[in-house]
Amino acid sequence: MLNRTAENVARATPEPLARKVRGISDKGLAWLFISPTILLLLAINIFPLFWAIYLSFTNYRANRPNEVVKNLGFANYQRILGDKDIWIAMQTTAHFVFWTILLQTLIGFTLAWLIDRKFRGHAFWTTLILVPMMLSPAVVGNFWRFLYEPQIGLFAYAISFFTRIPPTDIQMLSNVSLAPWSIIIVDTWMWTPYVMLICLAGLRSIPEYIYEAAEVDRASNWRQFWSITLPMALPFIMLAVLFRGIENFKMFDMVNLLTGGGPGSTTEVASITLKRQAFESWRTGYSSAFAIILFVAVFGLANIYVKALNKVKQR
Amino acid sequence: MSLTTAHSVVAPSANSKRIAGTIIVLYALISIVPLLWIFATSFKTPPDSIAYPPKILFQPSLEGYCNLFTTRTRQTPDYINSLGPATGFCDETTRKRNMVIAGPSNFLPRFVNSLIIAFGSTFCAVFLGTLSAYGFSRFKVPLADDLLFFILSTRFMPPIAVAIPIYLMYRELGLSDTALGMILLYTAVNVSLAVWLLKGFIDEIPREYEEAAMIDGYTRLQAFWRTVLPQATTGIAATAIFCLIFAWNEYAFAALLTSGTAQTAPPFIPTIIGEGGQDWPAVAAGTTIFLVPILVFTILLRKQLLRGITFGAVRK
Repeated sequence: MLNRTAENVARATPEPLARKVRGISDKGLAWLFISPTILLLLAINIFPLFWAIYLSFTNYRANRPNEVVKNLGFANYQRILGDKDIWIAMQTTAHFVFWTILLQTLIGFTLAWLIDRKFRGHAFWTTLILVPMMLSPAVVGNFWRFLYEPQIGLFAYAISFFTRIPPTDIQMLSNVSLAPWSIIIVDTWMWTPYVMLICLAGLRSIPEYIYEAAEVDRASNWRQFWSITLPMALPFIMLAVLFRGIENFKMFDMVNLLTGGGPGSTTEVASITLKRQAFESWRTGYSSAFAIILFVAVFGLANIYVKALNKVKQR
Repeated sequence: MSLTTAHSVVAPSANSKRIAGTIIVLYALISIVPLLWIFATSFKTPPDSIAYPPKILFQPSLEGYCNLFTTRTRQTPDYINSLGPATGFCDETTRKRNMVIAGPSNFLPRFVNSLIIAFGSTFCAVFLGTLSAYGFSRFKVPLADDLLFFILSTRFMPPIAVAIPIYLMYRELGLSDTALGMILLYTAVNVSLAVWLLKGFIDEIPREYEEAAMIDGYTRLQAFWRTVLPQATTGIAATAIFCLIFAWNEYAFAALLTSGTAQTAPPFIPTIIGEGGQDWPAVAAGTTIFLVPILVFTILLRKQLLRGITFGAVRK
C-alpha cells in the first residue's frame, strides 16, 4: 500500500528527482545484496563439490600431483559399496547415531518436562545445564581423555567408588566393548541440553486452555501426557532429532580426539574412515567417492525427514 | 496472565515442583563437574594432577599456566645452580623441577590465530548475511526458497568431505595454512547461519518504517541504513556471537587444513605434552583460558540461544 504511494509520488516527480527517490531499482538492489553470498558459496562450497565429483571418477592421489590421472569410471564407487570395512564403519556410525539420539531425546525431554514445572530458580539452573553444549567439542572432548584415565581419572574413580570395581579395570578408551560407549557418554553429556532446550520450547508452546479442558473432562495426568503433551511437543522433538542426527552422522572431532577410531577400528565412524583414506593413505579419488556417497546419504535422509516433519506439523 | 495461571487448575502442585527442582539441580551439578575439574586441574601441580585417589583439596599452584606459555628443557642441578637468581615465579617453579625455561610456547600465537580467524570470519559472515537477509526479507527474489535451501544445505556436508577438495584448491591458490584461507572457509560455513537467523530478525521489523522513510525522500539504501539496521542491532549482535562461537570452537577444518602459522587453538591444545605424556595441568590451563570467553557469551546469549541453535526455526 505505502509502497505504491511511494511509486506514485516517484512517477509524478521529474525524472532526476524520481531516480533519487527510488535509488537503485529494487530488483538491482536485491541482486546486489544477495549475490556476494551466493558467489562465496559457489566458490567455497559448490566448486569444490564439483571438483570432488570429478576426482571421484579418477585414481588421483594428492601426495603425487605429477602422476598421470586415469579415469576409472564408476570403479571407485563399486569398490566402496563392496568394501567390508566401509560397511563396518557405516555400522559403527549407525550405532553411535542411534544410541546418542535415543539417550539425548529421553534425558532431554525428561529434563524439559521437569523444568516446565517452573520451580523456583529454574531459569538459573537451565542456563547452567546449557553450558556444555556451547563449548568446543574438540577442546572439551580432549579433556575427557583425562577423566577417562583408568586410575587417575575422575570418571573411573567415581565408577569404582560406587561399584567397587578396581579403578585400574575401568579402561573406557582402550577396552573394545567400552570405547564406543565412552564416546556416546561424552556426546550425550554435551548435547542433551540442546535437545532439552528445543523440547522446552515445544512444551511451552502448548496452550494452557487445552489442559484446562482436559481437567474439566477429568482426564488423568497419564492420559493428558499421552494425548496432549507428547503429540503437541512431537514436532519439536523431531526437529531436535533431525539436527542431532545430521550433526552426529558427520561426527569427527570428539571421536578423533577421544579414541582416534581405536582400539583397532572399533570406534571408526564414517568421518574417521574418510580422514584415514584421504589424509593418511592419500587415496584422494577413492575418498572423494566415499565423501559423495556420504553427502548423498545425509541429503537424502534429511529430505525424507523434513517431509515427515511437515506431515507432523500439519496434523 | 499471571492471575489466571496462579489460579489455574493445571498449575503443578508444590510437591511436584519440589521433586522436579531437586532432579534438575542434581543433573545441573553433576553435568558441571567435568568443567569444574578442568578449572581445578589447571591450578594443580603435575604430581597432584595424577595422584590417586584424585585430589579434591590441593595446594593451588600456577605451574600449569607457566608450562602452558613456556617450553622447558631438563638440565643438571649443577648447571641450574650456576645460573643467577631466578627471575619471576615461573622461572623458580621450573628450576625446582630441574628444568630451565627454553622459550615461549606456541600457545599465545595459536590463541591469537584463533582470535584473528574467529573475528575476521564473523565480521565477513555477518556483513554478507545482513545484506542477503535483507534482500530475501524485503524483495521478491526469484526461486527464493530454493536459494535459501541451497544456502542451508551447505551445512549438511561432513567437514572432512568438504576438506578434501578445499585442501587441493588451497594448495593451488597458495591459501594452505593461511589465516585468509581459514577466514574464507569459516565465512562460507557461517554465512548460512547468518542469513537464516538474520532473515528471521529482519522479517520482524515492520516494513512501514522504511516505507515512511522513503516517502520522506530517502532512497532504499538510505532507508536500509538509517531505519532497518538500527532496529536489527540485537539480532545482528546475537548472530555475530553465534558465528563467533562456531569459528572459535571449530576443529575439523583447522586440524586438516592448518599445521603451523595459521593453526588455531583447538587443534593445538591436545598437542600440549610434558615429559612422559600429556601435561594435564597445562592442557587444563589452556582449556580454561579458551573456554572463559564462551562462558561469558553463553550467559549474554541465553535468551537468543534457542533461535540460534535451530537456525531460526524455533523462536520463543
